[in-house]
Amino acid sequence: MANFETPALREYPVIPLIHAGVMAESKPYVAKPEHQEPLGFPGKLVDNWESVAVKKLGELVDESRALRVFLDTCVKCGSCTDKCHYYLGTSDPKNMPVARQDLLRSVYRRYYTLSGKLFPKLVGARDMTKEVLDEWYSYFHQCSQCRRCSVFCPYGIDTAEVSMAARDIMDAVGVGQKYSNEIIGKVFKIGNNLGLPEPALRNTLDGLEEDVKDATGVDVKFPLDEKGAEVLLITPSADFFAEPHIDGLIGYAKVFHQAGIRWTLSSHASEAANFSMFIGSHENMHKVAIRIREAALDLGIKRIVVGECGHAWRVAYSFWNTLIGPFNFLDPNYPVPQHICEMTYDLIQRGALTLDKSANDDKIVTYHDSCNVARATRMGTMPGGQFVIPRAVIKACVNKFHDMEPGSINESTFCCGGGGGLLTDDLMEIRVKGAQPRMQALKHVVDDHGVNYLAAICAICKTQFAKVLPYYKYPMDMIGSVHGLVSNAIQLGTKE
Amino acid sequence: MPIVVNGQSFETDEEGYLTNRNDWNEDLAKEMAKVDNCALSDSHWEVINFLREYYDEYQIAPAVRVLTKAIGKKLGPDKGNSKYLYELFPYGPAKQACKYAGLPKPTGCV
Repeated sequence: MANFETPALREYPVIPLIHAGVMAESKPYVAKPEHQEPLGFPGKLVDNWESVAVKKLGELVDESRALRVFLDTCVKCGSCTDKCHYYLGTSDPKNMPVARQDLLRSVYRRYYTLSGKLFPKLVGARDMTKEVLDEWYSYFHQCSQCRRCSVFCPYGIDTAEVSMAARDIMDAVGVGQKYSNEIIGKVFKIGNNLGLPEPALRNTLDGLEEDVKDATGVDVKFPLDEKGAEVLLITPSADFFAEPHIDGLIGYAKVFHQAGIRWTLSSHASEAANFSMFIGSHENMHKVAIRIREAALDLGIKRIVVGECGHAWRVAYSFWNTLIGPFNFLDPNYPVPQHICEMTYDLIQRGALTLDKSANDDKIVTYHDSCNVARATRMGTMPGGQFVIPRAVIKACVNKFHDMEPGSINESTFCCGGGGGLLTDDLMEIRVKGAQPRMQALKHVVDDHGVNYLAAICAICKTQFAKVLPYYKYPMDMIGSVHGLVSNAIQLGTKE
Repeated sequence: MPIVVNGQSFETDEEGYLTNRNDWNEDLAKEMAKVDNCALSDSHWEVINFLREYYDEYQIAPAVRVLTKAIGKKLGPDKGNSKYLYELFPYGPAKQACKYAGLPKPTGCV
């Protein structure tokens, strides 16, 4: 399928010996001026880029105490070195989190610490050169900002923050990533990552109403821009477009239908994803997210529910309140915002849904914790709710469920390999190799329990797995939406 | 990285997608497919033509579900599924078929 070797899956996980520089050539396509300029970035490398980069770095560490602490405190203990899926899958030592941080840290030391200013060589401080910039471009696009390393760092150093800062600096000097920046531009222009205009969205939703009617005989609605609805559903646009995402969307609609909740989608805010987080750009993150507030006010809704999208839930749960709040116009009796899994879970607890587990008896299911949900958010009111609630929803819908090994789930979950703006064909090698630790854990439950269905609640994870599973000799349709399982199990006729 | 067909050169992006949609013609589609070692059959053309018609109306490629349904209606239910489309376009129906149809690559988490 491609000109690289897919890593082997073994009896048990093995930490590879280092192979310096094996991924040095991996880099994504560079954004063109038309992808850069709508985001407020220079179209190409600016003339005095070295000083612009250094100045931007100074601004970032002044703005973010966390970033400065992350750059100052590393003691090189080595705890993170074997925790990154990209290191485990590639064996390139620059994919060890500490080495990735050092790409930025070395420049920070040179310009912003006394020892680095006076004795750069002694403290590993480096000048901002083109060589350094190129290395940044390569290795900061081999980080999916999944934060697994930060769980194991005794100081809690968050490589995701470092990688976001590096990408922010690169955008500021005119060297952006095409994939992420083109997509953000489409949100500004059309309202979603896909560039799906309102008539096409409406056509797609009408088609789904027909499909569900044909399959169940029930009129399940997929409303768009319906004023006065109670719930605004904000979901990734991949849910309208791709497989198996769309089965999840059908599941949400069936849940709303059976619970009797009036809901709507919005053509103005037809995207949950916010790729501006991946590039560390606060201004663009605000500009993407504010559309959701505008839609909510315009439609007069009372609750916002977020569909299956990992980083969107991080933005919604952790940032919305300060980014686009306050939400004093929403119903305070519900979480603001609420995850679709929280909503479905509550309805199950209250007996509002009729679920027939046997509808999924052809499936033996395991669950992949998406990194942003697992390590940057919560669901429900109890610690670890983000692990418990999706599993509880699954278990209410299936008879056969087996978790993967403890070191690969919950807060220790392995990234799918495609997060953080890496879900693009020009990064296929790093995506396939970075999936190795997850595939390794999957292999065990496949071998031991016959697992044939990998459920997830993130559009990126779903697309990534559909693409990489075949490299590891598993079928692409093994990956599915959690609400795809709900969709199969829910018995619409009985509660009419 | 331009593509040359019948002595004429057409501009494409890094991944071989046509830069200007109006440049498209059938020979160009055949040439793009040839690069991928793919010979376009009538079944391929059914998909490519549907994509182009849909794009003309909606300025976007159809969702996979919309495509499979349309192909199923036209060619029979055994062909209205993603498995059939993946057999025709092993690199993924949305991306590979869009390329031959001269449409931009779908972006986002797809």
